[in-house]
Amino acid sequence: MDKKVLIETKGISLTLDGKQILDKVDIRLHQGEIVTLIGPNGAGKSTLVRVILGLIKPDSGEVRLTPKLRIGYMPQRLTIDPVLPLTVRRFLTLAQRCSESKLLEALTEVGAELLLDSAMQTLSGGETQRVLLARAMLRDPDLLILDEPVQGVDVTGQDELYRLIGTIRKRHGCGILMISHDLHMVMSATDQVLCLNRHVCCSGHPDSVRIDPSYVALFGPAEIQQPVITPYSHQHDHSHDVHGDIIKDDHKDCKHG
Amino acid sequence: MDDFLLRALLAGIGVALVAGPLGAFVVWRKMAYFGDTLAHAALLGVALGFLLDFNTNLGVVVVCVLLALLLVAMQQKQRLANDTLLGILSHSTLSMGLIALAFMETLRIDLMSYLFGDILAVSNSDLYWIFACTALALTVLITIWRPLLAITVHEELARVEGVPVTWVKLALMLLIAIVIAVAMKVVGILLITSLLIIPAATARSFARNPEQMAILAALIGCIAVSGGLFASMEWDLPAGPAIVVSAAVLFFSAPWWLKLKRSRK
Repeated sequence: MDKKVLIETKGISLTLDGKQILDKVDIRLHQGEIVTLIGPNGAGKSTLVRVILGLIKPDSGEVRLTPKLRIGYMPQRLTIDPVLPLTVRRFLTLAQRCSESKLLEALTEVGAELLLDSAMQTLSGGETQRVLLARAMLRDPDLLILDEPVQGVDVTGQDELYRLIGTIRKRHGCGILMISHDLHMVMSATDQVLCLNRHVCCSGHPDSVRIDPSYVALFGPAEIQQPVITPYSHQHDHSHDVHGDIIKDDHKDCKHG
Repeated sequence: MDDFLLRALLAGIGVALVAGPLGAFVVWRKMAYFGDTLAHAALLGVALGFLLDFNTNLGVVVVCVLLALLLVAMQQKQRLANDTLLGILSHSTLSMGLIALAFMETLRIDLMSYLFGDILAVSNSDLYWIFACTALALTVLITIWRPLLAITVHEELARVEGVPVTWVKLALMLLIAIVIAVAMKVVGILLITSLLIIPAATARSFARNPEQMAILAALIGCIAVSGGLFASMEWDLPAGPAIVVSAAVLFFSAPWWLKLKRSRK
């Protein structure tokens, strides 16, 4: 694969308050590629993303980003206090001024064009995520970093959002690094899944979806033809104790993609 | 109109013009107690100004800025909740200011005028100082308006989008310090925060975007100052507290105004 490497991290380690959060994490993301980070709570997914974004400095290791990389970031949670009167239009132009047509274009792309003059506080979970995505897209990004993009969104909405993210990748050819809120479900368009638990436990392509009765029950038969969410089976050959330490320190079966 | 009354009105309006928009940020960023803490520390600045024989206004700004920096440093190290930290600094600096003033036996200063303001004694040079600071503070505020709003909405997102977060926050603290130094003349150290937050909170009901809220807050502040001064003249009330009460009256009558506005439509 000769595609440009957008992100490359080497041996990222970070300790916060005496607790090791990240342990020699190497990841790599190419142009046009979707990489999904999964892992239990406290596994360091958000921290890793913050390190890549330059919001936190790691204790050791380095993050290499392609020069002049334009990053669109969608943070995990956005709560705007009701005391701040803010419309979607104003929210989208907080970082930069932009023309009406560009605003509408970005909102139309995420299917939120009717929300332009709504107050931010009146949006539903799914609408908020779409508006956040629109703000990231306004930067015309080479790389999208999405921290749990479907959290707080109902199941149908999650499905639509994942489809939307897939469409955006196809149309803009940008790389996407995303954190999944669910350990077992990742977007099927994902090229690579990284299971993180302080270190990269395992990584690889998500399995193509099986016609699993429980999956069908969850997402309905329409999803069978064109699955958007797919189970990822872990090739995780060691176990962790409650602190996340590896119990059986035998890495030879652990398959790193 | 008497000269002293005109000067008082101009001074009050000068302060209200900048306290309103800045107060909007104090309200949005939940910094009311922070403002209070800096205001309490201002007395220490006054005392230091007298002791070291330089401009007391400058003393206030310097002490407020130093305290703001100390707070930021302590927030990063301490495990205490922010309001606890603010409470400790607020009252210890106020006490230190009172003690420092008590030491200056040769100098009789009117403590009440620092605590509750002495707007009717505003001099021409005070007026120049107030308007110079207001013009400076408004210029800075307008310059950093967009990035400041961006970090208020979501700090990390703003940082990723290239906002120099630390500088913008420092600028905001400096602005609050300057406004405290000028507002001290009008309502006094103990009542400054009210001039920041009451007009802004009142403006919220009427505003549809951040800029409207800021401009309305400035106007409401001007009305409160005028009303308070009028009441002070008419019924011989202490001017600083009268201004604050008049702002509070506006705040509590806001729902009524809103109803009136809606029923007319």
